[in-house]
Amino acid sequence: MKKILVRKNAYYDSVFLMLATKALKQRPGIKEAVVAMGTEVNLGLLKEIGLLSGEAESARPNDLVIAIEAETGEAVEEACRIAEEVLKKKSHGGGGEEDYRPVSLEGALKILPEANLVVISVPGRYAAREARQAVNKGLHVMLFSDHVSVEEEVELKEMALERGLLMMGPDCGTAILNGKPLCFANVVRGGSIGLVAASGSGLQEVSCGIDRMGGGISQAIGTGGRDLQDRRVRGRMMLMGIEALKHDPETRVIVVISKPPAEELAAKVLSKLKDTGKPCVVHFLGLKPSGTRGSMRFSGNMEEAAAMAVALSRGEEYRPLCFSLSEAEVSRVAEAEVKRMGSEQRYVRGLFAGGTLALEAMALFEEEGFRILSNVQKGPGRALHSPHCSESHAIVDLGDDVFTLGRPHPMIDPSQRDERIAKEAVDPETALVLLDVVLGYGAHEDPCGALAESVSKAKGQVAGRGGYLCVIASITGTEKDFQNMAEQKKKLESAGCLVMPSNYQASLLAVHVMRKVVSR
Amino acid sequence: MKAKIEEANQEAVSRIQRAKPTLIDVSIAGEAIPGMKRNMILHAGPPEPWERMCGPMKGAVIGGMILEGLAKNRQEAEALAASGDILFEPCHHHSSVGPMAGVATWSMPVWVMENRTFGNRAYCTLNEGLGKVLRYGAFSEEVIARLRWMAEDLAPALKKALVRHGPIDMKSMIAQALQMGDEGHNRNRAGTSLFIREIAPDLVMLDESREKIARILAFIHGNDHFFLNLSMPSCKCTVDAAASVEGSSVVTTMARNGTEFGIRVSGLGDRWFTGPAGMVEGLYLPGFSARDAAPDIGDSVITETAGIGGFAMAAAPAIVKFVGGSARDAIRYTQQMYEITVAENDAYRIPTLDFRGTPTGIDLLKVVETGILPAINTGIAHKEPGIGMVGAGLVHPPENCFHDALEAFAEKYGK
Amino acid sequence: MNVKKISELFNKELVVINMGLDSFADNLRKEEVKVLPMDWKPPAGGDKRLISLLKKLDA
Repeated sequence: MKKILVRKNAYYDSVFLMLATKALKQRPGIKEAVVAMGTEVNLGLLKEIGLLSGEAESARPNDLVIAIEAETGEAVEEACRIAEEVLKKKSHGGGGEEDYRPVSLEGALKILPEANLVVISVPGRYAAREARQAVNKGLHVMLFSDHVSVEEEVELKEMALERGLLMMGPDCGTAILNGKPLCFANVVRGGSIGLVAASGSGLQEVSCGIDRMGGGISQAIGTGGRDLQDRRVRGRMMLMGIEALKHDPETRVIVVISKPPAEELAAKVLSKLKDTGKPCVVHFLGLKPSGTRGSMRFSGNMEEAAAMAVALSRGEEYRPLCFSLSEAEVSRVAEAEVKRMGSEQRYVRGLFAGGTLALEAMALFEEEGFRILSNVQKGPGRALHSPHCSESHAIVDLGDDVFTLGRPHPMIDPSQRDERIAKEAVDPETALVLLDVVLGYGAHEDPCGALAESVSKAKGQVAGRGGYLCVIASITGTEKDFQNMAEQKKKLESAGCLVMPSNYQASLLAVHVMRKVVSR
Repeated sequence: MKAKIEEANQEAVSRIQRAKPTLIDVSIAGEAIPGMKRNMILHAGPPEPWERMCGPMKGAVIGGMILEGLAKNRQEAEALAASGDILFEPCHHHSSVGPMAGVATWSMPVWVMENRTFGNRAYCTLNEGLGKVLRYGAFSEEVIARLRWMAEDLAPALKKALVRHGPIDMKSMIAQALQMGDEGHNRNRAGTSLFIREIAPDLVMLDESREKIARILAFIHGNDHFFLNLSMPSCKCTVDAAASVEGSSVVTTMARNGTEFGIRVSGLGDRWFTGPAGMVEGLYLPGFSARDAAPDIGDSVITETAGIGGFAMAAAPAIVKFVGGSARDAIRYTQQMYEITVAENDAYRIPTLDFRGTPTGIDLLKVVETGILPAINTGIAHKEPGIGMVGAGLVHPPENCFHDALEAFAEKYGK
Repeated sequence: MNVKKISELFNKELVVINMGLDSFADNLRKEEVKVLPMDWKPPAGGDKRLISLLKKLDA
């Protein structure tokens, strides 16, 4: 039984629609359910699954299409009813007393002329135009949207530079301005350390690390992923961010986080940092540290970057970090984990929601001599044949495009990772599963709830075969985040997961365990 | 290019803001309306030939021809209308506006409105009342008799009273009416009350019988929409001054003839962009339903064009029940209109929005970009001629008018 | 490279217009940031032809 409804001129954002679709699909008796805008792409998809007919065929991008296929007529009607309810709640919700919500930026500025920042998270093909308008109106921009072309990015950053405005993005998921978390960000202590980051989860990991070690953040500026990676963008926002922190009296230490930039850009960044006259920490992911150069420090991992920054902010000498467990304890733990494993179990499977956290884990394993396959590895012979299927030692970035097309990001919706954990548990060669959990605004309200369940199930499955699945995780967050970090940690630990205070330490422990696995 | 358009729009809107619509005379169409001819019949909306006219419009045309003695009855009128000897032209092509069918013929009395700031004038017939009237397509003897009374008794008396009184500042009267629960299109009770209050002393002092004056006062008092035919030409002469500003995307005309809805844009001169007239969504008088409704008709949408009517909905709580039921709905429509207009009116202000000026100066580009169509409060005519108003509610122009206008605008001014 | 406006921003209260995902506005509100959520939808109903016409006018 099929039913297809069209609601004209009813626009809803993609995340909401995906979650609504998911909710409907889970109803009993539902074979297929789609709640989506009538874009060309979506209509094509609906056609493919045989759910495009009648009014829906001429639906336009601003029209909403609800398509349901179920076993019985009742199931279809029930699903439709629920869909209408959910949609109704959405259009009347969002802040209780319905103040007028403007449709255009100019309309918004008529209502709020004192606005100074626009946060843009609209579909990529419209994002540049909106960002351009915002800059023309003299507003700073946080451009969360991705799928914006390089040419557009360059134009936007040029415009912003000319006007002295922030253009954080495109593809910028995290920032902290004036102590306020923007988009995906954690609640961290205020202080004297300023960050400029080309990586969202990197910014989150370092800022949480700083908070954990007693330091605080003055400003954390995001630049978007391409800022230092693509020569054409030329690190414009990174350089501007550094300059802004130079002039900020609250900022006494500057930390820069990015994947290794193109050659000349690295030199530019370093020279700009030197020019600030303030002590700096540079973290170019995956590059081995080259120690100290004057007041500039190079960190080997994100926890170290945080520790160096905190030490500098206190005017102290940085003392290399201790692992939170002693050598002896690590050995003991690793031994205990490996002892119960079956002889077939031999591989590590990293399943990550944060791209930078995945990269950090990968770098550490590679350093220790492991050959890691991944969906985000570019090295020769390092690519997984299919991102959906782990082989050998593998670390997967579940936030990569291939996973997020049409499905919410794993930080928002844990189901994709839950499914993958189950898959790894079925594979008799899986020895260790390594995870990251990111808390804070934007993230799921109870990421460890679902995760703990999957972990339990997975461990149970492997135990049923006579083996043992080791699960190690880290939690990126602070005790001020709304998810209640202590409780989240408890949930994972109750499921038998080893929880470490940072991604670096979790990866390092995982390395120790795998060394023991390999040397059996 | 954007800067040039913005500049042109500021100029156009500034002219609208500076308008001073002033009632200066009551005359007759043949004498006052530029280009009027004895065999010319003016009608509401964009240009339309006789064959395509809807029921109410045809009925009004027949009535007009009978009134002028051009035909003795319906059959003669229809034959003459189809013969090609009658010139049918939009009111708008002759500095005029007319509600519903909007039919004006040579001998009909008209209000003469002058925009004192720029000197341009606009004209409109006097409102006949509700029910079986010419503008709803009725042409019975009763209708013709009333029209004759209006020409012989009502209009001359009002003319003399006006001479006695002196010109009446319409801008000020409309501004007051908006603060008394009117919006100037579908709700005119306050305006009518203010007008009668203004003119009554002078009517009374005329050298006429008490019965005659009493009848005139009763006539005005009995028709809540009397003021509509004053607010309309006030708005017309206001926006006319903003027409033909090079590069401006401000909409300077909106009008319907019961078949089509038409718009004109300042920077595109006299070109009409038309689309099918829509069906009004609203409430019906007892005994009537959507089945009975005629499509959207009349020049009264000139009020929205000038920033009142549906654009001042938040000022008229009584309109609310026609547009969805809660006061918040009415406010929301007005708030939406701010997104498609250039400015906020200096004179016309809305008490419930903290006396914020009404959204003024519809910007074609913003309409297309936001997808928000102008909101129009209007009456609903019965689709059969001569029955009258059957309801009231909310209607939008067809979006293709704006899309076509955008195409023409981009062709003329685009890079 | 003029960063005066950014320095000004650092010394002011954030006043945000949110264009897109509503959850971002909700979160800012929880942090007591003044935020105006928009009811954003694709310009011109997503119609490519109309968008390109608007582009011709720099709009």
